[in-house]
Amino acid sequence: MFDVGRSSFIFLTKMTSELFVQYLLAGITYGSIYAIVAIGFNIIYNTTGIINFAQGEFVMFGGMIAITLLQFMPLPLAIILAVILTMIIGAGIEICFIRWLKAPSVLRLVIITIGISILSREVAVHVWGESIRSLPYFVGNEITSISILGARISPQVLWVVAASGLMFICLGIFFKTTSVGREMRACASNRKAATLCGINTENMVTLSFVLSAGMGALAGCMMSPITYSQYDMGTGLAIKGFTVAILGGLGSSGGAVAAGLLLGVIEAFSVSVVPLAFQDAIAIAILLIILFIRPQGLFGSKEASALKEF
Amino acid sequence: MALLEIKQLHKRFGGLHAVTDVSFPVEAGQIKAVIGPNGAGKTTLFNMISGTFPATSGSVFFQGKELQGKKPYQVAALGMARTYQNIKMFSGMTALENVMVGCHVQSSAGFMASMFRMPWTWKEELAIRDRSMELLTLLEIEEHADTDASSLAFGQQRAVELARALAMDPTLLLLDEPAAGLNIYETAEVGRLITKIRDLGITVLLVEHDMSLVMDISDEIVVLCFGEKIAEGLPAAIQKDPEVIKIYLGED
Amino acid sequence: MKKLLLILPLLACVIAIQVVCSSTDTLYYLTQMTMSAYYSLLIIGLCVLMGYAGQISLGHAGFFAIGGYISAGLTTHSLIPFKDNALVQFLDSSGLLLAGQTLYGEELLVVSPGLACAVAIIAAAVIAVFIGIPVLKLKGHYLAMATLGFGIIIYRVVLAVEYFGEADGISEVPAFPLFAGLSVSGSFGDRVSNYYIAWGILLLGLILLLNLIDSRVGRGLRGIHGSEEAADAMGVHTARFKLQTFVLSAVFAAVAGVFLTHYNGGIGPSEAGVMKSVRYVAIVAVGGMANLWGALLMGVVLNFLSLRGVFGSYDDAVFGLILIVIMLFAPNGILSISFRHRLMQLFGKGKQKRDGEA
Repeated sequence: MFDVGRSSFIFLTKMTSELFVQYLLAGITYGSIYAIVAIGFNIIYNTTGIINFAQGEFVMFGGMIAITLLQFMPLPLAIILAVILTMIIGAGIEICFIRWLKAPSVLRLVIITIGISILSREVAVHVWGESIRSLPYFVGNEITSISILGARISPQVLWVVAASGLMFICLGIFFKTTSVGREMRACASNRKAATLCGINTENMVTLSFVLSAGMGALAGCMMSPITYSQYDMGTGLAIKGFTVAILGGLGSSGGAVAAGLLLGVIEAFSVSVVPLAFQDAIAIAILLIILFIRPQGLFGSKEASALKEF
Repeated sequence: MALLEIKQLHKRFGGLHAVTDVSFPVEAGQIKAVIGPNGAGKTTLFNMISGTFPATSGSVFFQGKELQGKKPYQVAALGMARTYQNIKMFSGMTALENVMVGCHVQSSAGFMASMFRMPWTWKEELAIRDRSMELLTLLEIEEHADTDASSLAFGQQRAVELARALAMDPTLLLLDEPAAGLNIYETAEVGRLITKIRDLGITVLLVEHDMSLVMDISDEIVVLCFGEKIAEGLPAAIQKDPEVIKIYLGED
Repeated sequence: MKKLLLILPLLACVIAIQVVCSSTDTLYYLTQMTMSAYYSLLIIGLCVLMGYAGQISLGHAGFFAIGGYISAGLTTHSLIPFKDNALVQFLDSSGLLLAGQTLYGEELLVVSPGLACAVAIIAAAVIAVFIGIPVLKLKGHYLAMATLGFGIIIYRVVLAVEYFGEADGISEVPAFPLFAGLSVSGSFGDRVSNYYIAWGILLLGLILLLNLIDSRVGRGLRGIHGSEEAADAMGVHTARFKLQTFVLSAVFAAVAGVFLTHYNGGIGPSEAGVMKSVRYVAIVAVGGMANLWGALLMGVVLNFLSLRGVFGSYDDAVFGLILIVIMLFAPNGILSISFRHRLMQLFGKGKQKRDGEA
């Protein structure tokens, strides 16, 4: 799924420590994107118990909308507007398809979100076509590179890592200090009790979709110059994001970051061992193995996994 | 040795001791009741006996065989059937079909044989159907045989659940609060059915909240409180036991 | 037995369609009906897994592809380079290999379709066992993601492995001679006979599954769906039953894959795609999950419309929309009583009669 862009910032010329750093940085770049997608999963999972199979489509929408908007406005504005629009889409999805269901079964929710994911993709293919697009590099162009520890990387990598880190920190502050954030956490730990305390849990669920859509969209914009955007990028990203969310322990943001970086680095280094075409299979294989032997995740606790009562 | 022998059974959930060191026998042919206030550990005890989850320590012997470590379907195959406090009907199946599932351990048709309708499965299928119908008649709900089980009245669902458990041809029947959610008439009705079952030679162990039912039908009673056994004996003796009275009527 | 009698009207419809098509010179409809029948075979298998055993699978296109690709690979790739291999020689002397010539007159030695079919189905069953044992311990989202992951892996494998033709798939798959001069092939003259072969297989599959559901095993399965805990306490070996159903549905998918591949004369990677798996799930959902007849009917109708190109470029979108609409408004399928009931209310027929049919 992301094979196309990789060669543009890894130069497989030098071996040794430079190459090592190169792989490592590539891994961190992809890893931080996976982590953001995984945190998107977690936000919605925490407030609703739903795994949103359409999570990857938020990333796709973010990138695609920004690319379209770029024709009319400067880059920063296009990105901001794309994120806002995707958030509105997220809210719309929740309000139209999830909000009014009374005690739906898990199977039903799984199938509905899969349906949403397919519809989003079909909307995208009819609006933007099948062509591969991308945002321009935020600084410089494809061949601009900076040197870190002897490895040559694109400055976009720094953008991705910095934006992901910033998102992670802001999210932490939001949940810890603001009253809305606290209400969302209350909703996550016990929805019934939260309702009894006068918290409007329905709005909290909508808000979780909005937040998650916004994070996905921003990630979609940041990664677009490196990995390109295409209408069908969602499924692959969703399954990797889910892998990371599970690996880190479903619901845990810190775990997601650690697991995301781990998966990213494993993938990056696997290039030298496994054919490129099988790269996606690695993440999935890890997912399957983790699900089979340690469903609570590498960093998750037994108690947390006991919550998966469905 | 008694039919069911519970020995120093112990269950901890995290720091909570749900059941502490409980031992008692259940003799063949009797109705034995386990009573106690809410949260006394009655259902936990049942779940350990039927294999739903393992005990932290202690052991359960059924017909001289150790049950610890056995899965529910294995315990079932040994001749122990159970019902649930909140009835677990198989929704989307008729009352008759529900009871027919109960005949599962008594029959043997496998995947292939079922798909290809092997001649020898015909006889088995007929036998299952007849036996299930018989049981529905025994429990006096035969007229609802072809009704979707989950659309029956609560009391009727109880009867179907009992028939389903009896279909397993059990030696021991575990009943988890058979009167829960029933009015006094339905409760008396269930009590009558339970004695009817005992008279068929099936041993009954029940957990119950409703004292009137327990005192009416039990041969012996065990009292649990906060996971510990505090009394055991005949109904008349239990009724006079000062400690039991203290629990049920309060300290003063 | 009573339920089985419903097969007769269905059979009458099948024959009527052929007669009408033959007499009005619209035989091309039979081609899509044949393909729909094979897809429906997979769908009724999946219906038993989802509706009766209550296990979702988003990877059934994977099993279809395993069946189709293995059969296609074995019957097209020449074994001439391995001529000296003991196994090849053994198979050759047992009459399980076919000799022939390529278009360019080169010598060709391939596995006979019968053996290839057997290998393909056994492979699917074995893979289903190995995947099923760990996967079926999972529930809900986890099961959905794990089976989705399996499907994607199969898709990646057929896309990446040269033996399976990468993005082009495998073409020029030979006909599959069955018996008495019948053979599964896409050739013009065989159109009517292939229509009956496909529907024969589908009806056979349907009968087997109807038998299964109305049996000791079937009641156990439905019990698992109703209350797994209670079924367990009734002595139903739930884990084994789930696994057996999973394998059974995988075999149905593989059979569909094998036959459709021979009928089409080839198979491409899109058959293994995630969208295909989702489409199958959608059709089972529309049919009403635990309703074999519904699944069969919807399988034939929707696949036929899709293959006729009625949905145009909105093909996938239509199935996505169907999924959402059905799950939102009629989670028990459009043939369900409650939905009919609701429709009736909608159209003002206030007093509805409840029919006893479940």
